[in-house]
Amino acid sequence: MAKERADLVKEMENTMENGLMNQQEVRREARGLRELSIKLKVKNLDFYYGSFHALHSISLDIPENQVTAIIGPSGCGKSTLIRVFNRIYELYPRQYATGEIILDGRNILSPKEDLNLLRAQVGMVFQKPTPFPMSVYDNIAFGVKLYERLSRAQMDERVEWALRKAALWDEVKDKLKQSGTALSGGQQQRLCIARAIAVKPEVLLLDEPCSALDPISTAKVEQLIEELVDDYTIIIVTHNMQQAARVSDFTAFMYLGKLIEFDNTSKIFTNPRKKETEDYITGRFG
Amino acid sequence: MDREKDKGSFSRGSNPFFDVFLETFFSFATRTSALFVFLTIFAIIASLFWGSWPAIKRFGLSFLFSSEWNPVTEKFGALVAIYGTLVTSIIAMLIGVPVSFGIAIFITELCPPWLKRPVATAIELLAAIPSIIYGMWGLFVFAPFFADNIEPWISDTLGQMPLVGPLFSGPPLGIGVLTAGIILSIMVIPFMAAVFRDLFEVVPPVLKESAYGIGATTWEVLKSIVFPYTKIGLVGGMMLGLGRALGETMAVTFVIGNADRLEKSLLMPGNTISSSLANQFTEAVGEIYTSALIELGLILFFITFVVLALSKFLLFRLTQKEGVRT
Amino acid sequence: MSALKNIDMGLYRKRRFFNFLILFCTMLATAFGLLWLVWLLVTLFANGFQYLNMAVFTQPTPPPGESGGLANAIVGSLVITVVGVLIGGPVGILAGTFLSEYATHSRIAPAIRFINDVLLSAPSIILGVFVYQIVVVPTGHFSGWAGALALAFIALPIIVRTTEDMMKLVPNAVREAAAALGAPKWKVTVAIVYRAAKAGILTGVLLAIARISGETAPLLFTALNNQFWTSGLNEPIANLPVVIFQFAMSPYEDWQHLAWAGALLITVSVLVINIISRTIFGNR
Repeated sequence: MAKERADLVKEMENTMENGLMNQQEVRREARGLRELSIKLKVKNLDFYYGSFHALHSISLDIPENQVTAIIGPSGCGKSTLIRVFNRIYELYPRQYATGEIILDGRNILSPKEDLNLLRAQVGMVFQKPTPFPMSVYDNIAFGVKLYERLSRAQMDERVEWALRKAALWDEVKDKLKQSGTALSGGQQQRLCIARAIAVKPEVLLLDEPCSALDPISTAKVEQLIEELVDDYTIIIVTHNMQQAARVSDFTAFMYLGKLIEFDNTSKIFTNPRKKETEDYITGRFG
Repeated sequence: MDREKDKGSFSRGSNPFFDVFLETFFSFATRTSALFVFLTIFAIIASLFWGSWPAIKRFGLSFLFSSEWNPVTEKFGALVAIYGTLVTSIIAMLIGVPVSFGIAIFITELCPPWLKRPVATAIELLAAIPSIIYGMWGLFVFAPFFADNIEPWISDTLGQMPLVGPLFSGPPLGIGVLTAGIILSIMVIPFMAAVFRDLFEVVPPVLKESAYGIGATTWEVLKSIVFPYTKIGLVGGMMLGLGRALGETMAVTFVIGNADRLEKSLLMPGNTISSSLANQFTEAVGEIYTSALIELGLILFFITFVVLALSKFLLFRLTQKEGVRT
Repeated sequence: MSALKNIDMGLYRKRRFFNFLILFCTMLATAFGLLWLVWLLVTLFANGFQYLNMAVFTQPTPPPGESGGLANAIVGSLVITVVGVLIGGPVGILAGTFLSEYATHSRIAPAIRFINDVLLSAPSIILGVFVYQIVVVPTGHFSGWAGALALAFIALPIIVRTTEDMMKLVPNAVREAAAALGAPKWKVTVAIVYRAAKAGILTGVLLAIARISGETAPLLFTALNNQFWTSGLNEPIANLPVVIFQFAMSPYEDWQHLAWAGALLITVSVLVINIISRTIFGNR
């Protein structure tokens, strides 16, 4: 059965290469045929900002090598949820989570979890581009140096690999020694994506990565997501429903700190089960 | 709002002439006061020049390079005092900068929230204690302790080393240049720690988050993100501390020993500009003696002015970039 | 824990250890800073408390070998501090008002702000020399007035700075709302902005009082000292800081004991004023 699917995937990809079908659709269909395994299993997750109860008993399974979008109106807790996956919320006092998130068989919310290693495994890109105050090259090398001892040549190779992956290489290959803050907004955001993937994480968290970008840069980042999903499990928070529909395989709809519905993206957008979801995607609120 | 009605004078505001008069008067008063602050600094410089003119005329530039300070023969040179001022301040910075960094890092990054306020307040109270208390405490408590427990050890170890040996040899007197530097460091730590802390808090949280987000440790985030981001301001903060150390008077006067000789060893007594002034000014007889002391004051003012101006400039540049005021 | 394929665990352990080491050092640094505070306060209380008695508050400073107190110095200190704040306070508040309300587009304002910041950190002994030059030399004698003026110059920049900062915290909408009712600018400033910034300005004044009540250096050659009760500000006046300096540096034990008592008095009052000003500002 699995072999059959793999053959089918290959065939689909060939079709795409022949230019017979729309590239995005083919890729998405090919992905849909993969056997789904669960990368992150969220069980009864509750989250608190001090006494404010921000997430109510969230349970959901995030499939491996798929794009999962989290949508919902502002303040529904979608960014809060994504910030639990790498426990970045722990930088601030009085924020805490209860429940379980299983990644590779271990509960990452356990106090025994090593936060640095977790964050190397679960990378994150933020709403606004955040280039570090150093050169383009050092921005990429910074994270890599934390975990691997590479020779100069290997590092050059890794930096180029990450920049190519992020579709930024051609634009910055002559500016590697320039400050990362000198790039344009769209380039900065792709630099941040390159920085995140250079560490070779398994999961990539994108927190509204296009909200500060112009349409052309947005299109580039979306295309990038399509290409990265073969190697990474991607979770993207977005307030742009069209974007969720374009890039994701699965969509979670959240409202007032609760997970309302989680399903195939096409199902959510064409045939939602819950009334709130339908109201939201048809633009009746939010 | 109810109290406003009670203020009788305000009800007359309906009279246009009175209103115009008050408006003019009030804005004139604020402007004059501000101008007063502005002119103070020029008045200080002018008065110091005027007071030190006889000494400047008599000794010229040699005043800066002569180590002789003899009220009897009326031969004066500033070298010993300048040297003592600089050396005590350098010692204070060598101890104070790393400790202030440590405190600022501890308070911003490491301290549990419930402990933050008490620790920060305690460190700030250290700055509120008048300098004369430090001086007196240094003389009666710290210097004897230092002479009995630390100085013998210093001259036995550091004093025996090549190169730096001469700096750390001599009898354990307790008072001296090194003691003064240590007391000074305690006094500048709270100032610098407060500036560093403010600077660390200027760094956008999202920038720190993204470094933590790829698994950097607290120290790596500080080293690669926070320090580069705030480096200009950090230098400014150190300059502010240095400015304080250079001009500090009472704490030093008690423990430096007031000796007008140039000594190689840091364990020996010395003098600083401010302690020379504090000790000798009221006893100075004769125009030249007083004038030489005022010239010392002029030199001190010049040095601290340059250091403080530089510090303000550097701190201003960082806060400009961030659009916030420190 | 499943190690990631590409992660060099040796390197990671080294990083984690180094991080731990550095953070441990910051803890040591904080402990080092606090150690001085504790050491200083403990010795100050231990020494000062045993020499603190009624005579300290009722009798004037004695000649060596006789018993006495610090009464004239305490009163003298209070007088010159109050006079110093009465001179420096209004000027400082008005100058701060100018910087905050009137100088928004003025080109001289940044220069004033800069000079004020330099004055704020300038060596206080220089201000002593300055006042000596402009008051003591022309009048021919040391005086309480000169001491109060020197303290005023030290209080001035503190008050200017806090007044400006606190007035700037008042939202512009409040000013606009008052102006929209037809209130003239001086009235908006006095009746609205001052009232809104009241706690902050008061904090600045209190901090200035705390600062000048322990200042010694600028008094050495302005107010000088006086062993007896003073009849006015026109002659040298006894004050706690200079008395402490002279008594502590003296070889007489009685004097040193009085210096400890005085040091305790000054420190406690400075710390109390500091804590009060924090509370006022905290409850704003």
